[in-house]
Amino acid sequence: MFLFYDEQKTKRNGGIWLSSGIRRRSLAAAFPYTIPIMAGFLFLGMAYGITMHAAGFSFLYPTIMAMVIFGGSLEFVAVSMLLSPFAPLTTFLAALMIQARHLFYGLSMLEKFQGLGWKKWYLIFGMCDETYSINCTAYIPAGADRGWFYFFVTLLNHLYWICGAMMGGLLGRVLPFDTEGLDFVMTAMFVVIFLEQWKKEKSHITAGIGLGAALVCRILFGAVQFLIPAMGLILLLLTMFRKPVAQAFPKEEEEGQ
Amino acid sequence: MTFSQQVVTIALCILGTMLPRFLPFLIFWGKGPVPPFVHYLGQALPAAIFGMLIIYCLRNVDLMGQSHGLPEAIAIIVTAVLHRWKGQMLLSIAGGTICYMALVQTVF
Repeated sequence: MFLFYDEQKTKRNGGIWLSSGIRRRSLAAAFPYTIPIMAGFLFLGMAYGITMHAAGFSFLYPTIMAMVIFGGSLEFVAVSMLLSPFAPLTTFLAALMIQARHLFYGLSMLEKFQGLGWKKWYLIFGMCDETYSINCTAYIPAGADRGWFYFFVTLLNHLYWICGAMMGGLLGRVLPFDTEGLDFVMTAMFVVIFLEQWKKEKSHITAGIGLGAALVCRILFGAVQFLIPAMGLILLLLTMFRKPVAQAFPKEEEEGQ
Repeated sequence: MTFSQQVVTIALCILGTMLPRFLPFLIFWGKGPVPPFVHYLGQALPAAIFGMLIIYCLRNVDLMGQSHGLPEAIAIIVTAVLHRWKGQMLLSIAGGTICYMALVQTVF
């Protein structure tokens, strides 16, 4: 009787301990993946905070916007939106056009985020480009929990971005150097992510489709409106070339290696 | 722009961000396994998206303009060469950005 009681009690306590151990191990596994993002986001976030400061906004603006929008490229665009005359419909459509690419991220994380409880809602909220690319590709070691790993990657990146934006907003007033061209950091980052993806993939058809479709649509539709047509063209081409493209991917049971 | 107009502008940015992020999950979750075509898209899209993002970043470059897109071209080459050479993401990004800043501030 006592034995039975103790066993139950240990099991209950053990359950709690096990769960906190899993959280710790997941954080330990997630953190190294976010180190490059930490430096990148502090840098980028500061660039954003400084841009906001240069536009005449209090540091509270970049800090709060970093917290609630958490999408780098739109936040840079939002600086000029806030400086222009009030245009709600244009703002919303521009935001949708800039962020429409996240539809694609959601499509590729549908299966990975399944069954992760309350965490999945925060994971979807915080799925910016960098968080998406880590969670999409990282190897999660035994002993760590997939859901908590995703959660900590998302949370850490979110915090880096908020800290960077806040620091930029605060320090912007004392940094004496010329920041013209600092925005190129976005382009350089995507060039590097593109090269990383290129190295990983056996076939470069999809990379070519992405570059080519976007370039053609940029020429045809202009700088402001090309993103949505480009996404449509990418979907069309991926549908047309499904057979050769799909051959380059591992079968379902080999995934996650 | 008044303060309340700023709040509305920021709220619309949040809505415009969260709608695309949540929509695929709201559509496909809770309806059994993901359709095979959507599964295929999930695999094929990442490479295409990063190609598209590069063009997106360069959308305002005017080849007929004053600098003919040269600072961008040079800085991208520097970024790519650095990355092939050292393979360190942050070094490549920092190197390319510093190169671009130097070019637009001093040369072009």
